[in-house]
Amino acid sequence: MYTKDGENYFIVDAHIALWDARPENQRNIHGKQFIDCFYDYHRNLSPESEVWPYEDYLYQGGERLMRDLFTDGYVDHAIFQPALLSAFYTNGFGQTEEAFALAQQHPDKLTYNHCWDPRFEQAGLDQLTRDAERFGLKGIKLYTAEWQGDSRGYKLDDPWSMRYLERCQELGIRNIHIHKGPTIRPLDRDAFDVADVDKVATDFPDLNFVVEHCGLPRLEDFCWIATQEPNVHAGLAVAMPFIHTRPRYFAQIIGELLYWLDEDRIQFSSDYAIWTPKWLVEKFVDFQFPEDMTEYGELTTAQKRKILGLNAARMYDLDVPEWAVPPADEDATEGKTESVAVG
Amino acid sequence: MRTTDELLEKARQALGRVIDPELDEPITDLGFVRSMDLVDGELVVHLRLPTSFCAPNFAYLMASDAKDVLTELGTRVTVLLDDHHDSELINRGLAADAGYRGTFGPEADEDLEQLRRTFQRKAHTAAMERVLVRYLRAHDELAEEQLHAVVLGDLPGDDATRALVCRRQAIGLPTGRHEPVLVDDAGEPYPPEEVPLRLRLARSVRVSIDGNAHFCRGLLRTRYPDSAADQAPRAFQEKVS
Repeated sequence: MYTKDGENYFIVDAHIALWDARPENQRNIHGKQFIDCFYDYHRNLSPESEVWPYEDYLYQGGERLMRDLFTDGYVDHAIFQPALLSAFYTNGFGQTEEAFALAQQHPDKLTYNHCWDPRFEQAGLDQLTRDAERFGLKGIKLYTAEWQGDSRGYKLDDPWSMRYLERCQELGIRNIHIHKGPTIRPLDRDAFDVADVDKVATDFPDLNFVVEHCGLPRLEDFCWIATQEPNVHAGLAVAMPFIHTRPRYFAQIIGELLYWLDEDRIQFSSDYAIWTPKWLVEKFVDFQFPEDMTEYGELTTAQKRKILGLNAARMYDLDVPEWAVPPADEDATEGKTESVAVG
Repeated sequence: MRTTDELLEKARQALGRVIDPELDEPITDLGFVRSMDLVDGELVVHLRLPTSFCAPNFAYLMASDAKDVLTELGTRVTVLLDDHHDSELINRGLAADAGYRGTFGPEADEDLEQLRRTFQRKAHTAAMERVLVRYLRAHDELAEEQLHAVVLGDLPGDDATRALVCRRQAIGLPTGRHEPVLVDDAGEPYPPEEVPLRLRLARSVRVSIDGNAHFCRGLLRTRYPDSAADQAPRAFQEKVS
C-alpha cells in the first residue's frame, strides 16, 4: 500500500522476475550480452540513487526481492513473469524453482506465472498441462524472441502456438503476457510487430492478452489493435521508468494509451529487477501531464488507482482489501473533480 | 595526409545518407559510427549500436547500406559491426558480399525491402504529423477537420517541411505545391471527418519514433560514454524528454 495526500493505493506489480545471470550460469557470450543489455537499461533510466552495483544485478535472490518489493516498494502483490532463455543460461534465466517456492511461501503476496514454447510441440503441450496443475497457473509469460535450436523466434499465430493457446483456454489459464523481442523467423519481418496478437485476440476472446511494454517500440501498432480488441491490455514494463528521465515521453505514452485503450486495460509494473518499484510508485502518484500537453487532459487519482493495482487485481482475482475498493460512485470522470478537491 | 582527410570526410558524408529505418535518422547523428580509418589504402569503418540485442535485421540493413555507400567512393572498404549478438554472422556476410540471404541463410526468406518500406511509410506519417501539428498551433482558428485542405504550398519553408518532402519522395508520393499534406501511404487524402482520427494515429507513430530515438541515444551513451560527442539531435523534433 502506498499513501499520499490522504489517498491509499493498492499496488500490484504485474511483471517481476527472480533471475540468475551470474557467470557460472552463463552458457555462452549471449548470457553476458543479455544481462549487460538489462543493466544498461537499468543504469540509463534509474535515478542515480537507485542504481545497483553490477554484481548485485546479476542475481538478487529471494530475500532481497521480498525486501525491494514488499518492505521498501509499497507492493501488495506481485506476479512472476519468467523468461527461460535456455539458449543463454545453463539453469535458465528466470529461476523457476526458487520463484515458485517463494510464491508458495507467500501466496497472499506472490503469483507464479510460467512460460511455454510452441516449438516443443506435443511434448511441450503435455508439459503445459502438468505445469498448470503443479503451479496452479492463472497466467503465462511468452517471450517470442526466445532462441530454440536453429530458430530464434516464433509468432503467436503459428499453428503450434494456436494449439497451446487452446490448451490454456481449456485449463483456465486466462492471462497471456506477451513480450516481443528482436528476433523472429523469417528475419524479413519486423519482430516487434503485434499483428499476430491481433489475430489470436480475435480467435480467443476468453483470454486476456497483456502486451508488455505496451508494444514499445511499436506503440502505434499496439494502440491500433488494442482499440479493436477488447481483450488486449497494456503492460507498463519498460515504459514506467521513462517517468524519471523522460517525463514528457512518458506522458505521451500514457496519454496515447488512455486515448486508444481506456483506464481499465493498463497495468503497472516495475519489471523488477530491471527497476525497483519504490521510486516508480512514488513518481507515478505524483505524475501529471505537462500543462502544454493540452491534448491529454488530466490523469486522475481514480485512474492512477486502477493502473497501479486494481486492474491487475481484477484480472488475477486477487483479494482487494476494503480500504482499496473505490467508492461505488467513483469512476474516471468523478475522479477528476475529486483529485482537484484533494489537490 | 590531405587526401586521407578528404577521403574520410567524404566517407562521413556518405554515411550521413545511411538511415536507421526504425529511428528515421542518419547513423552519423545517432553516434553509430564508432571509427573510420584508412589502413593501407583500405577504408575500415566500425559501427556500434545501443545494445547487443538490437534487432539483427535492422543492424544488417544499416551495416550493408554503409558498405554500399562507401564502396561508391571507389576504394576498398571493410565495414564491421561491433559488440552485437550477430556480429560474427553479419561481419562474415559483409566481408563476402553475401547479401541478406547469404548472410542469414534459412532465417531469411526473400529480402528486407518490405521491412524498409514499412518504416519509410512510418517515417512519412511521423513527418506529416510534425508539420500539421505546427500548422495547427500557428493557426488557432483552424479546426482539426480543416487540415484536410492544407497543401504542401501552405507549409513554411523550414526543416520540418523539407523533411516531409524527402519522406514523400522516398515512398514515391508527389511533392507539388498543390498536393494535400494529410494523405495515406498511397497518397490518397482522407475524408474530412476522418482527419482527427488519422492525425491521432499519426501522433502515436511520431511518439514511437521520437521516443525510441531518444531512448536509443541514451542507451548508446550508457554503453559507450565517448559516443556522446558524436551525437547530434534531430533538427526538427518536438521536445520529448
